[in-house]
Amino acid sequence: MTSIGTGYDLSNSVFSPDGRNFQVEYAVKAVENGGTAVGIRCKDGVVLAVEKIITSKLLKPGANKRIASVDRHVGIVSAGLVPDGRHFVSRARDEASAWRSTYKAPIPTSALANRLGGYVQAYTLYSSVRPFGVTSIVGGWDSEAELAVDGQVGTGPKSGSGGKVEGTPAGGPGLYMIEPSGLYWGYYGAATGKGRQAAKAELEKLDLTSGNLSLLDGVKEAARIIYVAHEDSKDKEFELEMSWISSHEGPTKGRHEEVPKELREEAEKFARRALEGEDEEEEEKGQGEQMEE
Amino acid sequence: MDHFPGTWGRPRNDVYGAYDPSYLQTTGPKTHTSSPAVTGTSVIGVKFNGGVVLATDNLASYGSLARFTDVKRLRVFGEKAVVGFGGDVSDMQYIDRLLESIDIRENYSSHGNMLNAKNLHTYLAKVFYKRRSEFNPLWNHVLVAGFDGEGKPFLSSADLLGTTFSAPHLATGFGAHLAVPILRRLFPEETPIEEISREQAVSALKDCLKVLFYRDARSIDKYSIAVITQEGIELKEDEQIEGQSWAFAERIKGYGAQTN
Repeated sequence: MTSIGTGYDLSNSVFSPDGRNFQVEYAVKAVENGGTAVGIRCKDGVVLAVEKIITSKLLKPGANKRIASVDRHVGIVSAGLVPDGRHFVSRARDEASAWRSTYKAPIPTSALANRLGGYVQAYTLYSSVRPFGVTSIVGGWDSEAELAVDGQVGTGPKSGSGGKVEGTPAGGPGLYMIEPSGLYWGYYGAATGKGRQAAKAELEKLDLTSGNLSLLDGVKEAARIIYVAHEDSKDKEFELEMSWISSHEGPTKGRHEEVPKELREEAEKFARRALEGEDEEEEEKGQGEQMEE
Repeated sequence: MDHFPGTWGRPRNDVYGAYDPSYLQTTGPKTHTSSPAVTGTSVIGVKFNGGVVLATDNLASYGSLARFTDVKRLRVFGEKAVVGFGGDVSDMQYIDRLLESIDIRENYSSHGNMLNAKNLHTYLAKVFYKRRSEFNPLWNHVLVAGFDGEGKPFLSSADLLGTTFSAPHLATGFGAHLAVPILRRLFPEETPIEEISREQAVSALKDCLKVLFYRDARSIDKYSIAVITQEGIELKEDEQIEGQSWAFAERIKGYGAQTN
């Protein structure tokens, strides 16, 4: 790397003459070694999935979760340094709870992403701290139904608008990805970690922008994409962890939950079958992708 | 020039007489948290074979004014616990938000919210006791209904002092005087809970609510009722007291319209 030996990569918060913060770029490198994580924003919900590399046979299967809930309606999955991800989630929970104590309502996914983006960015400003070694995917469902204010006790008068505007659309799915620089964008489909290139290529094929993909199909696709992304590190065993948030009419009733075991296994079966089908054309495609890089 | 700032801006002594400095007293404890403002009246509950039923009316009174008539005083916690609140409504809202935050936190673990009604009751009693020890009480008397750690029906009360009390049937406020005797007659001490059916328990509570509406001037004929069983919670919040008969009122003498 050209930066080595120039001195501009030794301290956080110091720009190099060509305007880069090398500590942040090194943090991105830490992310690039983490297990692949993806998020898909579907018509009626959001799916999060992560490839959990099994580092030891002595670890209990299904334990040591990597996807965490924030409030009731948001899930966060990170790629990179696991403890950094844990701290990030802890901050997200504090933000969600602080929001509730101010506004007596759940935090919108966009607002949470904004607060977290600001938090991560602050870790690029000081020489006394290092940036976050994670890129996190934040998925949530903002209630489309009218929610009671926390602690609400009655329904109020039946006449009059009560300050509400009729017919304004509210709520829906939200998916954001926050990088070590603090940069965050909203996504239709997000991928990070080791297999992100392959995962992004697969996400782009899904036509997520039209908003037609159902949550159940999203679960299957997320599983398949994690399996596709794992192809490059086939020698290592992995576990698939998936969670979802549906609309109020959907299976999770607006809550962030782990995808039920039966459905996950079905999705994994679908993923393996899809991979076997691809086996014949794999050689051609593999070359094509390498050319791009 | 008057060199004593303490007398600035006051009525002149030579015109109005000497000022009484006791009006300026600012020491002493705050007292605005030591009495309730908007209140709910009785909560009543009965254990039956396989569960608990809890009921309150839907009124929040401001003194003797029936101020809010659609107030839901039964609050659900987790999958299988309900808290019925009597006393100050704003303190109830505070506790409701507190319980909400606990439920959210508990759900962060992969097992979900493992707190049962017994845990919840212990916790609430400790919150009440802490607050009364700070001379800043939460002005409520609550019944907590659900199940204990062994899956047996649980019903217990906690009040603003942190006092706890358990019985197969309980009532707070006016209900402690009017509903408990009825419940004791219907379900004597020697009757095991296993012999009380859900229907009996629900109809007993409806009778109690009716008597309370007849005789408690801070009650209303709209009520909420929650039946908690191992299958979950059935909460109805917009019920009406049926089959009222005010014939007995004619015979009441000594106050009101008939003073002699």
